[in-house]
Amino acid sequence: MKPFRLHEPTTVQEAASALADAGGGAALYAGGTELLLAMKSGLLAYDTLINVKSIPGLDSVSADGDGVVIGASATHSAVEHDPLVRERLPLLSEVEHGVANLRVRNVGTLAGNLCFAEPHSDPATLLLVYEAELDIAGPSGARRIAAGDLQTGSYETSLGPDELLTAVRVPVFPAGVRAAYSKFGYHHRPTLGIAAALAVEDGVVADARLALGCVSPVARRLSRSEDVLRGERVDALAEGASVLREAARLASEDADAVEDMHGGVDYKEHLVRVFLERTVLRALARNGGGDV
Amino acid sequence: MSEAQSLVEMTFELNGAPVAATVEPQTPLIDLLRERFGLTGTKRSCDVQVCGACTVLLDGAPVSSCTVPAFEARGREVLTVEGFAAGEDASPLIEAFVNNAAFQCGFCTPGMLLAAKSLLDADPAPSEETIKDYMRGNVCRCTGYKKIVEAVHEAAEASR
Repeated sequence: MKPFRLHEPTTVQEAASALADAGGGAALYAGGTELLLAMKSGLLAYDTLINVKSIPGLDSVSADGDGVVIGASATHSAVEHDPLVRERLPLLSEVEHGVANLRVRNVGTLAGNLCFAEPHSDPATLLLVYEAELDIAGPSGARRIAAGDLQTGSYETSLGPDELLTAVRVPVFPAGVRAAYSKFGYHHRPTLGIAAALAVEDGVVADARLALGCVSPVARRLSRSEDVLRGERVDALAEGASVLREAARLASEDADAVEDMHGGVDYKEHLVRVFLERTVLRALARNGGGDV
Repeated sequence: MSEAQSLVEMTFELNGAPVAATVEPQTPLIDLLRERFGLTGTKRSCDVQVCGACTVLLDGAPVSSCTVPAFEARGREVLTVEGFAAGEDASPLIEAFVNNAAFQCGFCTPGMLLAAKSLLDADPAPSEETIKDYMRGNVCRCTGYKKIVEAVHEAAEASR
């Protein structure tokens, strides 16, 4: 690996200033689980890495109203095992448990996963149905964006060159929501990820949140499929039900699936149809938490 | 305002003993262990954090030393297979791996042992499902895993 220097700021402002001063020659370093692989292979090279873990308190996980605020240097393992996350966001805990392998989870961070913007990310997909928000800091101050507004393409984000993600704000699901996440694939990273969070009132789907990731460069909400499910009676949503088939068909249409090492477009669209139906049914069969 | 460093001076605990080292930031932990300290039990294989052959315990938690920078060990405890083998709690796992023939070529074994140790430290009586889930990031190309799972299970029983 090309030698780099290590900058260890102690405040967010210092990290932002260091980024600005470097003019593209520096990158933020948290877990390094993705960045260092790209640097080892020569795909990326930086003169300086800015270690956000040297900023005190940035690894905290704390309550925020009914939700949870996850600091930028909290690792996947820390998020998975955090008591507050387990209590309030059990599906996030379970999805974090499924990320990569134990060693990567012990080092890699949730925020780093989002910022590296690799298209095959479980958390990036799941956070869309939580309707999470991201705190971003830069030399000119702080701003907050929807989680879905971070990634703009493969390995591309809306972060300015001198900005850093400081925290991930995840609200709890509204009362009555049943949720599930499905992933599928034979590679180290998932080929497909689908999240479903369905609010059930009086036996009817009162609200539906569906998100699809990994099959295209950027994870997305599936608003047309959500619309189809809203207002449907839960007991009519059995395997093969026409309304489920329609939601699945619309999802595959809206997937914008791309061909890559995980497979072709037709294959991915087929997976989307199969797993959208399965994930909705798994979510409805549960009481809010549940398996991945 | 701190300055960017091209060398990191550090002390840490290596297999129970305090040590000092000066490293370049880009040096991975495995190079420090193998080349500076001669601890060649830690194996480099995939070099991309997938296979687990380079597993060491950092403050008791498995990490991939092929990619974790050496400077991350600052002020922390590193346990390699050499330190593990010299420890009091090693013999049940080592004996169970031998009794069950839980290795053939042996290249994955240092990582397997350390992953198993960290599992048993956290959960002294893991179910088969837990063992498989915990160890699934450590790859073996010889055994088909069954014998490894059985060995970890046997070591857990023997330690009780």
